Parts: sequence; structure tokens; C-alpha cells
Amino acid sequence: MSGNGRPGPLLAVESVRVTFGAVQALTDVSLEIRRGEIVAIIGPNGAGKTTLLNVISGFYHPSSGRILYEGRDRTRLGPADVAALGIARTFQNVALFKGLSVLDNVMTGRLPKMKGNILLDALYWGPAMKQELAHRAFVERIIDFLEIEAIRKTPAGRLPYGLQKRVELARALAAEPTLLLLDEPMAGMNVEEKEDMCRFILDVHDEFGTTIALIEHDMSVVMDISDRVVALDYGRKIADGTPAEVRNDQAVLDAYLGVAH
Amino acid sequence: MDVLHGLVAPLSDIAASPLFFVEVLVGGIAAGLLYSLVALGFVLIFKASGVFNFAQGVMVLFAALTLVGLMDRGVPAPLALLLSIAVMIALAFAIERVVLRPLVNQEAIILFMATIGLNFFLEGFGEMLWGANVKRLDVGIPDTSFRMAGILVNRLEMAAALTAAVLVTILAVFFQKTRIGRALRAVADDHEAALSVGIPLKTIWVVVWSVAGLVALAAGVMWGAKSGVQFSLSLIALKALPVLILGGLTSVPGAIVGGIIIGVGEKIAEVYWGPLVGGAIENWFAYVMALGFLLIRPQGLFGEKIIERV
Repeated sequence: MSGNGRPGPLLAVESVRVTFGAVQALTDVSLEIRRGEIVAIIGPNGAGKTTLLNVISGFYHPSSGRILYEGRDRTRLGPADVAALGIARTFQNVALFKGLSVLDNVMTGRLPKMKGNILLDALYWGPAMKQELAHRAFVERIIDFLEIEAIRKTPAGRLPYGLQKRVELARALAAEPTLLLLDEPMAGMNVEEKEDMCRFILDVHDEFGTTIALIEHDMSVVMDISDRVVALDYGRKIADGTPAEVRNDQAVLDAYLGVAH
Repeated sequence: MDVLHGLVAPLSDIAASPLFFVEVLVGGIAAGLLYSLVALGFVLIFKASGVFNFAQGVMVLFAALTLVGLMDRGVPAPLALLLSIAVMIALAFAIERVVLRPLVNQEAIILFMATIGLNFFLEGFGEMLWGANVKRLDVGIPDTSFRMAGILVNRLEMAAALTAAVLVTILAVFFQKTRIGRALRAVADDHEAALSVGIPLKTIWVVVWSVAGLVALAAGVMWGAKSGVQFSLSLIALKALPVLILGGLTSVPGAIVGGIIIGVGEKIAEVYWGPLVGGAIENWFAYVMALGFLLIRPQGLFGEKIIERV
């Protein structure tokens, strides 16, 4: 990992505010993601979790506040540039290339790592071919790692939901991200699939040293796998600490259970 | 009774002289591949950006005008070809910057309207630069026929068909095998997901419009060599429409097969059944075929069948 040992958090979100018309989706949210940790972002529906992920990955731009990645300001970058920096993500509603095979989907995730001459590439010649093969080897490793060898040639759109989520994770991993953002990786899964996904997330973390931020609703999952939990409610951060601390936090309990005013 | 006889009689003509039928077939395939080439320009742009490029036909005209204009001014042919390629690529950059980028995330119909504007701009701009009179384009291949295995074949048509076939093969490999091809297919499939894996949309659009420009140049050279470079060249885009309906708007193989079916179909109809209604059915028969086809397979031969999940 190139980033290891450098001081400061990997990603810092500083007083970020996002508004859609009159709606304040995020209000002065600040948080840090440190190298090598697994952070869970929790909160009731509409708390601004996905908006936060969209801001980090460059799909939305904050109306005020800053985002620092490895100490550098990258508030204004678009999604493609953010991906090139080493931040990969998955989506709440799986956003795979449905008509492409699983292998092609994962290879597409490898694009930020591929460089080369467009002309040679167009001719599929010399270095372009060699490069393709090298990347292909890495992608096969990811495919083995996530145990999706059997479906490599299947168009992604034909797979059951749980597997699509796994393929999407594979596509994100193909870019060898430093920071991996997962938007509800376990939504809509049964217990068995959830356990598999948990195992994969932990394995990815151990094997590649990837820093992971994930949005999750299932509290037992959150408590099991995360080093730190950040809670949002109505676009504000209401808690930030170890799973045990956040679980007993009064503001978090109020947010989830409601409170008499 | 007479009508029925008229409809059936050509079948016996076909049986009577199969060699002539093969000649008609070959001519149809040759013409069809040229339609394919124009249709391919539409498919490429539609796949990658969801835009139906109304200006594709004028791009053919513009490319051919540029080439002929340069050659008329004494530029040697190979250099003129390279310069024309450069002009088409420059045009792609300009279109991305001036038309596509400001309209990103707009409705498809807005982009379609923009390409109509582009159509008239390019038409006027081309005529302003190179003049509006008919120009002859000499590619060094005579428009004469020779006999091959007893079949009469036109040299120019044969060269055009071969070039089209080679170009189409290269494009197919480019789309299926290369990194950029994969990125193109990814963008065509899901814009948002493509962005999230770091595919720069702007670059993809420039590449796609450049390729569409090159395809337009190839089509322009071949049609221009046959019938002169003039305004009516832009009307071959209309011939690409039935091809697109037949092959599907999103399929490269569809554009090729569709082009051949249309080319062969209209040739056979013209030669054998044309006299029945006084000829000249070649001009509209393609549309009738396309309409008939729409009734059976609205998504085209190879188009994606859209199934909405509810």
C-alpha cells in the first residue's frame, strides 16, 4: 500500500453542506476516514448517508465545505477523476453494465489502472495486447477471490440480486482502490448471503489493506465488522465512535426509536 | 389473374437465368454494404451517447466535400485523405465541446434537435468552404465491369464493398476486444456506473464522433466516386433509416446484416418486380420492407429487446 505510514487521515470531509433546492441534504458534516479502517455510516432513511457517499465519490458537489483526500483538496473533482485517485464505489441499486458479461464488467473496473496509446489500442497490437493480458490476470484473481468464476461469461443482468452485488464489489476491487465505498452492500440479501458478503468485506480488508466505508442498516453486521461508526440524522452527524459507544449513544437511540418532544 | 401472373412470373425468370440472379445479388450486397457503412455511423453514436445523430448524412457529404475540395486545390490524394481524416477528428472535438458538453444530462429529444442544427450548419459550412457545384471524385478505380466466374461485376462497387467489409471488421474487433471498445460498451450500458469506474465520458464522446466521422468519410468517398460529390450525398442518410429499423439502433452486426438485406431486397424488387408497376420502386421499397419488419420485430433483428420489470 503506497499510502501507508503517511500522517493524517486518508479522507477528510470538512463542514460539508449539500442542498437540493430548499432541502438541506447535509448540514455541516465533518468526518475523517483513517487509513486501514472499516467505517460504517448509519442512520434512519433520508438521513443523508447516500448523499454523503455521492459527495465523496464526486457525483454531487457540496455547496460549501471541503473534501481532502490524502491531504489534498479535491472538492471539485467529478466522478471519473475521483475514481482515478483510487476511490471505488458500489451503488445502493446495483449499477452493473447489464448487457456485458461478468468478466467484461470486472475488466471495465480495471480501466483506471490501464494506460496506453489509443492508436495501438485500437489496433489491438503489441504493448496494448500485453497490457490487456496482465490486467486480465489481476482481474481473474479478483474473480477467484470473490468466488464468481462459474459465472464469468454470464451477462450481469441475468444474475440473481445477491450475485450482482458481489460482481459489483468485484468491479470496484479491480481498480485496486485505496478507499472502497459500499452503499448498502447487504440490502435485500438473506442471512446466508449477508454472511458471505461480510466475510468478503473482511477478507478484502485483510488481503488488500483496503480502507472501507460502508452504509449499512443491519446493526448486527455493523457491530461485527466496523472499527468505527458514524451516525447521521436529518443531514447532521449525531455520533462518531466505536460501535459500542455509538450503540449506547442517546442521540442515536432517539433518532432510531423516535423521541417525545 | 393478370396481376397474379405478374407477381409470380419473375420467379420463373429467376429460375431461367440463375447467373443473372447472382449478378443482381452481388450488386445488392455491394450497395447494401455502403448503406451499412452509413448506418454504422448512426449506431456508434447512438450506442455511446443515446443521441440519434440527424447530421450523419451531412457528415458524409462534408467529409467527401473536404476530400474533393483539397484534391481540386492540387493536394496529392494520400495527403488529402490524411487531412480529411484530421478534419473529421477536429470536427468531433468541436462537436463535443460546443454541442454535447453544454447539453449533458438533457433529454434525448433536445440532443436530437441539436443535431438537426448541426446538420444545417455543416451543410452550409461545407458549401461555403468548397462550393455547391457537383464535383467528380476519382479514386483511380474505373467504374467498369469485368467477368468473374461468369458473373458480371463492377470494379468500383467491388472495391467499395471490400473496403466496407474491412472497415466493419476492424470496428467489430475494436468494440469487442480493446479497452476503449469495452469502455464504449460500458458507457452505452450505464452512464452513471461508467463514471463511477473512472471512464471519462468526454473522451469517449470524442472517440465515438471521430469514428463516426471516419466512417462518414469512407462512405462519402465510395458514394462520391460512384455518383459525384454533391448535395444529394447527404440524402443517403435516409437510406440508412430502414437499415436501422431492420438491424436495430444499438447493434453493429445489425447495421451490417440490415444493410445487406435492404440492398439485396431493393435490387431484386427493382429488377424483377419493378416493371410490374412501371419501375423505380428501388427508391421506396426499402421503407416498405422496414415497415413490414416493424410489425414483426419492433426492436430490430439484433436490437435489445426491452423488457420492463414490474
